[in-house]
Formats: sequence, structure tokens, C-alpha cells
Amino acid sequence: MSKPLTLFDKIWNHHVVDRQKDGTCLIYVDLHLIHEVTSPQAFEGLRSAGRPVRRPDLTLAVADHNVPTTDRRFGITDPESLLQVETLGQNCAAFGIRYFDMGDIRQGIVHIVGPEQGLTQPGMTIVCGDSHTSTHGAFGALAFGIGTSEVEHVLATQTLIQRPASNMRVTVSGRRGKGVAAKDLILGIIGQIGTAGGTGHVIEFAGQAVAELSMEGRMTMCNMSIEAGARAGLIAPDEKTFAYLLGRPMAPKAGAWEMALAYWKTLPSDPGAIYESEVTLDAGAIAPQVTWGTSPQDVAAIDGTVPDPADQADPRRREAMERALSYMGLAPGMNLRDIHIDTVFIGSCTNARIEDLRAAAAVVKNRHVADSVRALVVPGSGLVKNQAEAEGLDRIFIDAGFEWREPGCSMCLAMNADKLKPGERCASTSNRNFEGRQGPGGRTHLMSPEMAAAAALAGRLADVRELV
Amino acid sequence: MQKFDTFSGVAAPLQIDNVDTDRIIPARFLKTIKRSGLGTALLYPLRYHADGSERPDFVLNQPRYRKAGILIAGENFGCGSSREHAPWALLDFGIRCVIAESFADIFYNNCFKNGILPVVLPKSEIARLTECAERGANAVFTIDLAKQEITDPDGRTLTFEIDPFRKHCLLNGLDDIGLTLEKAPAIATYEQAARQTQPWLFK
Ligand code: SF4
Repeated sequence: MSKPLTLFDKIWNHHVVDRQKDGTCLIYVDLHLIHEVTSPQAFEGLRSAGRPVRRPDLTLAVADHNVPTTDRRFGITDPESLLQVETLGQNCAAFGIRYFDMGDIRQGIVHIVGPEQGLTQPGMTIVCGDSHTSTHGAFGALAFGIGTSEVEHVLATQTLIQRPASNMRVTVSGRRGKGVAAKDLILGIIGQIGTAGGTGHVIEFAGQAVAELSMEGRMTMCNMSIEAGARAGLIAPDEKTFAYLLGRPMAPKAGAWEMALAYWKTLPSDPGAIYESEVTLDAGAIAPQVTWGTSPQDVAAIDGTVPDPADQADPRRREAMERALSYMGLAPGMNLRDIHIDTVFIGSCTNARIEDLRAAAAVVKNRHVADSVRALVVPGSGLVKNQAEAEGLDRIFIDAGFEWREPGCSMCLAMNADKLKPGERCASTSNRNFEGRQGPGGRTHLMSPEMAAAAALAGRLADVRELV
Repeated sequence: MQKFDTFSGVAAPLQIDNVDTDRIIPARFLKTIKRSGLGTALLYPLRYHADGSERPDFVLNQPRYRKAGILIAGENFGCGSSREHAPWALLDFGIRCVIAESFADIFYNNCFKNGILPVVLPKSEIARLTECAERGANAVFTIDLAKQEITDPDGRTLTFEIDPFRKHCLLNGLDDIGLTLEKAPAIATYEQAARQTQPWLFK
């Protein structure tokens, strides 16, 4: 019998075009997603070398980082943002690449659009000049972020020069408790292994709690595997995966579907496959999580307190914590539930899919946002927005005092007009609480959509378990 | 790409772990369609006050490190966003080599595409180099990539590990795309096979 392989090993082996003696491989790329921020210099490189795009049919472009989320009739007012978005449109036209522009109902955050269109499929290699490409791993696709030079390399050759990663398995056993979301599982994992815990590894998420997640929840988990330092996150495809894909506009059609399905079913890791590193957690022991610092690993259960740097033995870690607390304007020992917030952001490629909006809406229904709080919902795509409106979620949010916006990255990284003012504190469903991420001087607390909704109502960090 | 063979310069010690790429170059500076001109925004939140004035105590603002060509960092340097603007900003400032205890994967990769040498060394060696670097502008370090050696200002040398293929590309300033296009027949063969086994990936 041949050696048992992991899901990662199988996808990797399938895509090797060329292997050098030192183990460096040339791997084929099945889907290349591009956006306006990390692609202009790559196209410029192609132009100056006179090179075409090898597989425009495997490339999809969408503008998401810079687009306004308010009334779009007047277009983009910021001249630099406008230039970036226009440049993307021109490059796509010149090189024959499909492009969902701002007026297209399918426009949205690139990592929400791919799965939604059925472009993201099991067993694929997927890259994008964006670290949260890991999102697509939820379908059992090997998906990872690349730099702009690599974007150019993929455009020109449809391949990437890579060395294989190591395998890591994170098993989340048991069942989630009431009010505990996929976001809490991944924040709990990052809290345990740290932001460099997955460096050099592809993490396969497994166990009952992962199998029980919807595709949306699985995307949330894989999305943040980069926050654990991993090259990619993966979840074995199963019946849920196939059901999600069936009938999507760009999924394989009848005839090809059966052939694709037969292939996809061969992908899950073989029994006895070897993982270089293993971590296990019990979902039942994970409470709703919130971050208190400026790194996703600075995370704690909502019923906890702000930790004390004085308890840290390592002086560098102590200094980093002190800096984080001073930036965040927090004192050691404070109850997390006593932290008042100014803003709530429900959005981003981590948590702006329809299920996320449903979960947040269920919490705020027939309730109202605290007077002091400005709250916004930014759907992940035009189609998510449409679906939510068809279900009446927009009314629930608006009646509760939320702003209902157009799709885009928005306050996840504050490249457009949506940003925090210095010192403002935000309960956010995004993925990074780095200093200045949501605007210079802004303070971010990461959490699930349910928890952000609860914080909006309370005007402070709150435990959603008391509301559901 | 600019090749990297030997390099001599002053080293700025940045004794912070987990320096993310949002700190190396914040998002508002990414609204560019060029690679150049990002050096002034390098490490913006550490280098400048909110009003844009310099923080005089920050290492790169001290006269003796203003011309630094080497950065000595801590653990997990370059974590977070994949933005290649991070190495572009370093390069534009004049940094050709980053020495750290560890790097995040994407940033590490991006360095090689831009003629920047990332060197991983153990904590103890970093501490020793940091001590030398603290002497400022007269403390010149020399890096010899072919020999995989760093010579500190006292003339002591230490060696570092590097992937042979990446070393080769950096030493010769090779363009990855050019190298890969030499393998176009292998790519075409792969595509031909995939057309049979995975026809749904072809229009
Ligand atoms: S939503 Fe945020 S993390 Fe996701 S792609 Fe946009 S900027 Fe990046």
C-alpha cells in the first residue's frame, strides 16, 4: 500500500509541474484572484517585459479595498483610490481578464466573491495578492496569499515557485456551546498557538466542531489561519461542501460535475497520514472570545479580565503587552465587559457572509443600539446584500440603529472613508487588531458577529450568551 | 532585480517582536500604482507622531541610524498582510538586509523578489549583533552572501543558513519569471494532462 497522504500532500502532488533537486517546486495555479491594491505593479511588470497573461480564463478581478460603501452614484472621490480602481479596470480590459466592477451586483470582497460564484472548488490551488486568500481553504482548496512579484509571476506563467509546507492538524473536538461561533474557535486556537504558531505549516482543521460548521463558518476559520502564521488553512471537503457548490454560476456543470465530484471525494486525508505537528482543543471549553491587545493572539474569554504584563516572565513579551495596553487605553485587571466602545463594524472577509448577518440580526432584532454607539454593517458582496434585503435583515439592522452599507473591505483596513478616529474604540468582526489597522490611533477588539451585535446594544463589550 | 552579493552598512536595532506589515507600511500608503517612494512612510507609526512629526527616540530617527542599510529585528518579523509594499518601503529607505530571529512566510518570500536578504539567526547571536549595532554609525557590518557570512564591527564572523536556490537567484539578480518561462514546455504538458482529467478547469 502506498504511503497515507494528507489533504495538503494530495493537492500539492497533483499540481507539481517541475521539481528541482533541492525540493523547490513549480506548482500550477488553478485560480488567480486579483484586486486593485496589489496588482498594478504586477501589470506594469508584464507590460515592460511584453508578456501576456497565460490563463486569463483562470483569473478573476474585483475591486474591494478602496471602494466607497456609501452612495455610489458619485463614484470614488478620493483621487488615489480612483486611480487604483481605474487602473485595475484598464489592466483587465487590456489583458482580457474578467472583472466585476463597482457597478456589478457580483462585486464584493474578493474572498467572498470566489466561493459565492462557485469558482472556489476542492482540490484547487488558489492564490491572490492578499493574505486572507486562506479563506478558500474551507473548500479543501490549497489557497494562500502572495506578494505582487508573485502575482506577476502567476499572470505570466500560471505557476508559482514554492517549497512544500509542513502539515499541522488542529482538531477541535466536541460541540460548541450556545453563543459560540466559528470566530471564537479560531480566536481560541490563535490564543493557544500564537501568531507564529503555524509558520511554515498548512493547518488542517478537523474534529466534530469543525465538521458541524456551515461552509460560512469554515471560511471564517480558514480566513484567520494566516493570523496563526500558517501558509494556509484547509478543511476536508464533504457533503456540505458539495451541496454549497452545486448550481453556483461558475461551478462545474452537469456532466463535468460528476467527474469533478468523483475527484473531490478522493481528497480527504488518508487514515494514518502523518502531521508534523498536532494541536487539540475541546470546543465545549471555548467561551465567546474578544481581543484586548494589538495582536490577534491577545485574546481572552469575554468573562475574563485584561491580563497584567507584570505576570509575564519574558521582558520582551512584557514590554509588548505594556505597549499594547497603553495603545488600547486599558488597565490590567479590568473586566473585559466594562470596556466601553464607540463603534461597531460588522463586515470583512472574515464575517460578512449571509450567515454572519443573520446571526447578528437575530441578536439585535427588536432591540436598539446604545445611544453612544455608531454601528455599521457592510455586506461582503452585492449578492450577500441582496439576499439579506430579501430576508428583511436590512430592516432589522436599520430599525436597531445600524447603518446599512454597500459591499467592500471598508473599516477592516480603512483605505476608504470608513475609518476610526484616533482613540476611538471599535467592536469589530474583522481579523486584525494591529495598531492603526482601522485608522491611525483606532482601537480594535475582534469578535464574532453575534458578540459585535451584543456590544452594539450594550455600548460596551458584552456576553452574547446573556441575550440568546 | 538588483543582485545581492556583498553589502556593508550600519545596522539599526529594532528590538520589537511581531512587527506586522501594517506597521511597516500602513494601508493608507498603499494607494499607489508604483513601487517607489515608500521609504518615507517606512515603520510610520513607530517613526512619527500622529501629527506627522518625528519621534526623536525611534531608532531610525537617530542621526547615527538614518543611513542604516541593515535592520536587526526580533521574532516573527513581517507578519500579517501580504503587501509587498513592506519590502519596497524597506528598500526605498535603503535597507538591503533584515536580520531576525524569525520571519513570517509571505514577507520572507517577498524579500527575495526585491533583492533584500532576510537572515535568520538565533536569539543569542541577535543579542550580540544588537550590542555591536548600538555603537551606531561607526559600527559597520559586512554581509557576504556567497560565503553566507556576517562580519561584525569587531571583525568577528558568523555564518547563516539560506536555501541554495534562493541564494543563487539573489546572488545573480535573477528574474524568476524568466527562469520559469524556460520551463514553458513542462507547463504546457501539465495543462494538456489537466485538460483530460479536469476538463471543467478549461473553457
Ligand atoms: S476585508 Fe479586510 S482582510 Fe479581507 S481582503 Fe479586505 S482588507 Fe483584507
